[in-house]
Amino acid sequence: MTTHAPTSAPRAGSRPAASSGTRRPTSPRPGRKADRGVGERPSAVSTGILLLGAAYCLLPVLWVVVASTKSGGELFSTFTFAPSTHLLDNVGDLNAYRDGLFWRWMLNTAIYAGVGAALSVIVSAMAGYALAKYRFRGKTVVFNLLLAGVLVPGVVLAIPQYLLLAQIGLTNTYWSVLLPSIISPYGIYLARIYAAASVPDEIVEAARTDGASEARTFAAIAVPMMLPGLVTVFLFQFVAIWNNFMLPYIMLGDDKLFPLTVGLSGLLNQGASQPALYTLVITGALLSIIPLVGLFLLLQRFWQVDLAAGGVKA
Amino acid sequence: MTTTTSPPRTGTTRPARRTRRRLAPWAFLSPAIALFVVFLALPILYSVYMSFRTEQVSGLGLGADSRTEVWNGFSNYAQSLADPEFLASVGRVGIYGLLVVPTMLGLALLFALLLDSRRTRARGFSRISIFLPYAVPAVISSLLWGFLYLPGVSPFYYVFDQLGWDVPSLFSSDLVMFAVANIAVWGGTGFNMVVIYTALKAIPSELYEAAELDGCTQKGIALRIKIPIVVPSIIMTSVFSMIATLQVFAEPTTLKPLSNTISSTWTPLMKVYRDAFVRGDLYSAAATSVIIALATFVLSFGFLRLVQSRAFGQEK
Repeated sequence: MTTHAPTSAPRAGSRPAASSGTRRPTSPRPGRKADRGVGERPSAVSTGILLLGAAYCLLPVLWVVVASTKSGGELFSTFTFAPSTHLLDNVGDLNAYRDGLFWRWMLNTAIYAGVGAALSVIVSAMAGYALAKYRFRGKTVVFNLLLAGVLVPGVVLAIPQYLLLAQIGLTNTYWSVLLPSIISPYGIYLARIYAAASVPDEIVEAARTDGASEARTFAAIAVPMMLPGLVTVFLFQFVAIWNNFMLPYIMLGDDKLFPLTVGLSGLLNQGASQPALYTLVITGALLSIIPLVGLFLLLQRFWQVDLAAGGVKA
Repeated sequence: MTTTTSPPRTGTTRPARRTRRRLAPWAFLSPAIALFVVFLALPILYSVYMSFRTEQVSGLGLGADSRTEVWNGFSNYAQSLADPEFLASVGRVGIYGLLVVPTMLGLALLFALLLDSRRTRARGFSRISIFLPYAVPAVISSLLWGFLYLPGVSPFYYVFDQLGWDVPSLFSSDLVMFAVANIAVWGGTGFNMVVIYTALKAIPSELYEAAELDGCTQKGIALRIKIPIVVPSIIMTSVFSMIATLQVFAEPTTLKPLSNTISSTWTPLMKVYRDAFVRGDLYSAAATSVIIALATFVLSFGFLRLVQSRAFGQEK
């Protein structure tokens, strides 16, 4: 969004000759100059297709909002998108379910994804900075090994990670989900790109000349410069942990330690024999996507991903 | 690096500083390397090791000493590759991947081009709406769609019912594949769209102006300029999508309670899970997971090599 404005605004104003040379259709809305399309006729077809896509993506979200207002009976009897008035009852039921187990799942998810992503950012930032700003023997080997980790499918890791953690008695604890989530080869890869792009060598050198230690140079000078990129690393890792179903599914047995995903999946499983639980599952699904959707809308500008160039423009 | 002007008084501290500077990158890297070794490298090696082992039961199999671990050569692999359940799950994932990856990336490219077109309206709203599913974890999106597939809940069944038409259940054996594929397409299109859209925005607008001067239409610009330039992005998203597709686990596991057609070995990963944690046969599960990992590597690198000359060759 923001990248357009500086390029298109002066072009529209200062070079009238160019725009009169190109045969442009009549300009219906000259006020909309910030858009790249200066005076382009809107196309109903392309707008229609795009809105259709938006509708497809919003449909299940809209449904869960409506469905969470229905009572158990109405869920299967009234029209899909006909709202009802039982939202508060459903939230109350969910609250009461096993002494508020749902909120425990919510808290667990926040711990796994929030703490895990924060630790991951610290580890990735340090590693990325080292790989971008130092020259040392073995650098290429280290980087290539870490990079290969991006392509390692989670499947080969699941069983041995479980067995290794079982040997030191860490399965079925918070650590069993947190610790494997901290290492993120992709995060290190991104952090290296940010460090290379946003921390100038001269500034690092100047800090050293002024007598700052290596650690201080990193913490006080490099990190603030890398910060926008590190927010993106945080978001990526947050979503990756929050999305990872298999790891907690394998590691945890105690449902007090479950994240939302494993908890709701288990609840749905029980619902097959107790349909009364379905309204709990639906209300739970609604409540669990609200915080994340909010986070997304708030931090939208950090999601400009350029995978091919390897960087993220924030 | 080569600062020549050094006052004499710092002469004593210089070697110390230099050592510190030489050690600094390793200090910064040490947490990452330690975690990498413990949670990535060791588990991979352990998996490979286990895939060549098996448990031998002596006597009646009672008592603690009656079970011993022994080398098993390639037997676990031979057994996995001959297992009809495994082969069926691989076939399913193959079809699933052929459905999901082209549909998802095709839609992502289409939406990205429309977002980049100056003739489209409601772009901000659409971009957020299409990206929104990325915020919904696979388990929860499967749960939402799972309910929308249920005849008692689904709006489609309601409409068809009013019209007096008979519709087959989406959970029947033929259609369940589409039901699962739809969830993956729904969840992944937005993210890939943002990736491609970001690449599109990086194209300098002078290129379009030149094309317009030459009388190129918007469709022509999309086909001849925009798509070729974003091909590298499409390739990368394809590789990541293929890796994710082969590992599909959360969606069918979540839908399982709603559908009888999804077996506990519906995808290769579900089979690994069942073998390891339901049957307790860690050794053959390890072999199966190594096979899946190798297949993933071969597929993603093979695909990259296949398209590399075409995509990256022209850039350099």
